[in-house]
Amino acid sequence: MSMETPLRKVRGMGSAHTGASHFIYQRVTAAALVPLTLWFAVSVIGLVGVGEVDAMMFLSLPMHAILMGLFVLTLLYHLALGLQEVIIDYVPHQIFKFLLIFAVYGFAVIAAFFCLFALASIAIA
Amino acid sequence: MADTPHPARRRPLSPFLTVFRWPITMATSIAHRATGVGLAGGAAVVVWWLFAVSHGPETYHEFYLAAASPVGQFFLYGFAWALAYHFFNGIRHLAWDFGFGFARKDADITGMIVIALSLLTVAGIYALIHFGIAGYFGVRQGIEG
Repeated sequence: MSMETPLRKVRGMGSAHTGASHFIYQRVTAAALVPLTLWFAVSVIGLVGVGEVDAMMFLSLPMHAILMGLFVLTLLYHLALGLQEVIIDYVPHQIFKFLLIFAVYGFAVIAAFFCLFALASIAIA
Repeated sequence: MADTPHPARRRPLSPFLTVFRWPITMATSIAHRATGVGLAGGAAVVVWWLFAVSHGPETYHEFYLAAASPVGQFFLYGFAWALAYHFFNGIRHLAWDFGFGFARKDADITGMIVIALSLLTVAGIYALIHFGIAGYFGVRQGIEG
């Protein structure tokens, strides 16, 4: 039996029933990012100031390309979940809130596309 | 209430950030959010960097010049600190999720440890770059400046 009033039901602003999965994915991606970020830091500090050829050589190794892809994709998912949480907390306007969350996930998908496109280009270069 | 035009509309506000003193747990919590939002820009820079590497010497050179510029350096060190902070404080949050470190004293101490570690990390990165240890994956004949 629903505890919502008829008005609440009609407005459709009750629980979305997806909060727990958001919480869990936020933590799972966070835990995955602990080792991935350490790898990224060691890699990126090793590539400070190097030329384009050196950077390409590094990223053309399958292990490095896969880890970089995993790092960026996990990061983008974690980022979208986190920004969604911040937007929900601070933006009360329904339509503006929806558009902002839409923009965040759109950014994540476009960034994922460019990341994978770059890694694939380097792999076949 | 004579000076307010709509006394009935003066609703009580719940206490917000500005009315509290800043205990370390509150500061670290806010900084976790702020660095998280800021690091979205850092993610965009990582993707820009990957794209620049894949897209040929001209695009890479553009990225390199932007990264080496004073503004670029400011942002890159900023991102480095934000990532270090969010990384260490994220581990603190994961520990909390498992129920560890909730006592006020523990939370204060781990908060200070996180701040110290994040600053030490940036200092370490600066030292690695300053003393020429960074860039160990290159053959050190890359473009300079």
